Amino acid sequence: MRLAFTEDQQMFRETVRDFLAANCTTEQLRAAWAADTAVSARWAELAKIGVTGLVVPEEQDGLGLTDEELSAVLEEAGYAALPEPLLESAVAAGLLAEFAPASGWLEKISAGEATAAVLLPGQPFAIEAGEADLLVIGLAGEDGAEIHVVDPAECDLVAQRSVDRSRKLFKVGFTPSPETLVGSGEAAAAALARAADRGALGAAAQLLGLAKRMLDMSVEYAKQRVQRGVLIGTHQSVQHHLANVLIKIEFARPVVMRAAYSVARGLPSAARDVSMAKIYAGEAADLAARNGLQVHGAIGYTEEHDLQLFMKRAWALGAAWGDAGYHRARVAADLLGDAPAELTPTF
Amino acid sequence: MDLEFSPKEQEFRQEVRSWLEANVPATPLPSMDTEEGFRLHQEWEKKLFDARWAVVSWPKAYGGREAGLTEWLIFEEEYYRAGAPGRVSQNGIFLFAPTVFEFGSKEQQDRYLPKMASGEEIWVQGWSEPEAGSDLANVRSRADRDEERGGWVLNGQKIWSSRGTYGHRLFGLFRTDPESRRHHGLTYFMVDLASTGVTVRPIPQLDGEPGFAEVFLDDVFVPDADVLGGAGEGWKIMIATTGSERGLNLRSPGRFLAPADRLLELYKERGNGDQVLRDAAVQAWMDAEAYRLFTFGTVTKLLDGGQIGADSSINKVFWSQMDVELHATALKLLGGYGELDEGSPDAVDGARWLDGFLFALGGPIYAGTNEIQRNTIAERILGLPRAK
Repeated sequence: MRLAFTEDQQMFRETVRDFLAANCTTEQLRAAWAADTAVSARWAELAKIGVTGLVVPEEQDGLGLTDEELSAVLEEAGYAALPEPLLESAVAAGLLAEFAPASGWLEKISAGEATAAVLLPGQPFAIEAGEADLLVIGLAGEDGAEIHVVDPAECDLVAQRSVDRSRKLFKVGFTPSPETLVGSGEAAAAALARAADRGALGAAAQLLGLAKRMLDMSVEYAKQRVQRGVLIGTHQSVQHHLANVLIKIEFARPVVMRAAYSVARGLPSAARDVSMAKIYAGEAADLAARNGLQVHGAIGYTEEHDLQLFMKRAWALGAAWGDAGYHRARVAADLLGDAPAELTPTF
Repeated sequence: MDLEFSPKEQEFRQEVRSWLEANVPATPLPSMDTEEGFRLHQEWEKKLFDARWAVVSWPKAYGGREAGLTEWLIFEEEYYRAGAPGRVSQNGIFLFAPTVFEFGSKEQQDRYLPKMASGEEIWVQGWSEPEAGSDLANVRSRADRDEERGGWVLNGQKIWSSRGTYGHRLFGLFRTDPESRRHHGLTYFMVDLASTGVTVRPIPQLDGEPGFAEVFLDDVFVPDADVLGGAGEGWKIMIATTGSERGLNLRSPGRFLAPADRLLELYKERGNGDQVLRDAAVQAWMDAEAYRLFTFGTVTKLLDGGQIGADSSINKVFWSQMDVELHATALKLLGGYGELDEGSPDAVDGARWLDGFLFALGGPIYAGTNEIQRNTIAERILGLPRAK
């Protein structure tokens, strides 16, 4: 029994952490907010350290790693509020590796030369569909599941604006055809379920990183803000707000790690474990945002302060990839053995 | 990561399970805080000890199996899953023993550990005083040097001493330097409660049973042989013991996994489709599972040579809150039956949920209140300035 990342995993993660600390600053985040796409030159740099092809098989120039490494890296991406759609690209890559390995897209994703958007059953919007080179769409129709690989230029895209403006969301209109179809039937349904779990796990990992970032910012603020002649961090009311956030984070972390372990190995409990991870990490990020805002006071309530960059990402990710209600229902159905007739994700 | 148990560990689990299946009393013992219940729990401890299950992680010489941390976790999971009796010796074997192993002399270890493990001598905590609760450094009970007899004369008052009513020996802090303040000048003593000058006043807890007691000491002589560590080193040694209490030792995940499983069963039987209670029951189960995983992380850290330290405060807040929520949910599921205590003919499961609820309510208070724990988290982990 051992619940810890390996030394290699830890080293990989630290490489990504250091890279993002230098190359994903809050000034750069603000630039991503203002741009039409959140994908910048950083994407090709991330490719050089293997991040874009992390779960791409080695035959397609990827690292061929698992959801354990992916979640470790995504926690760092969350800490930095990385604007590039790393998770969405990994979800797309997983489906491409299974249903279109010879399409040439995987090599380009590994090289950082292409970005893939994804739209799973139940998801209302596709991130970065406007600038993506391809769009992987899952359908859960009455005739069974289907997976399509589509040129976004062929789709009817309607841009939306997220509270987190680095999330470039699009409503996608598209007509399935035999030419775009790459997979169907039970294999496609199972793959789409796995893809949704990868997405929820990845969101949980990012939420964990976001929670830690907001806590760090709030602790720093409480250490330097003086009111009535004393540091506000000396007040127990402030201390306890922040201690409660740390407790949430420390208990979410092993839950997220276990989910990564289960998904990486395809264990029977994977879906339930992922749901637990999304619930716990989501609560940690939610409390980190609320208590962080409270500790910052009015300055935290402005667009000028950086806290908002992380809070808004946390709010968006809290509902993305299945909200708490969906994931709670999924855990409950598994534990109590009384799955309702319909349990569809509400993203 | 590797969240599987090895074949050897699984074999160990099977051995524990088989023994417990054959030996756990069919009907629950009376409360350990009644005279009869205390005796029956001591007998149960003896039975565990004779089969070498009382202190699995201890050295073989003292009745243990030298089990590793993982095996200890497995033992605990099986123990509570089997519905085995509460551990009347827990303050000794889980809290005090690690300190005796670390700071006690060989002679002290030989003299005390075997009887502690067999349940023959039940140890009692002597930390709090009327003016020293969460503020333990305010200890006023004193020990004065008696060179002639080679020991110390103790005077003062201890309170909230768990198992104090029927227990045999007390461990705790006394001020040996009358000029000292706060955490200086304190010494760690072991006191025979049968000594002349000791008066014990039982205090009934919320459940009506005298689970703790007030202990008055009037000129109680304690020989040098019963000082743990050196004079004036009490605080440092105490920190080691309370670390065990908040951290791993006292509240293994098994203690919560078993009632969490039972809570799901209770929901199936009595939930009647109530969505609020459904969510609460599932939350309790998830929290117990999260606690298990958190503990796996702690065990991994310890096996890698790390230490627990102030992290134990995070742990303590979590399990104590979880325990209250879990049992509160059970009482809601019982509806009108929830208020029945064990004296009622119609009490469900011998009123174990009410009993567990009343016990759980102490959790956020004892071993340092959760407010003190949050201060510790803020100052020692987050690095915030000291609270005014």
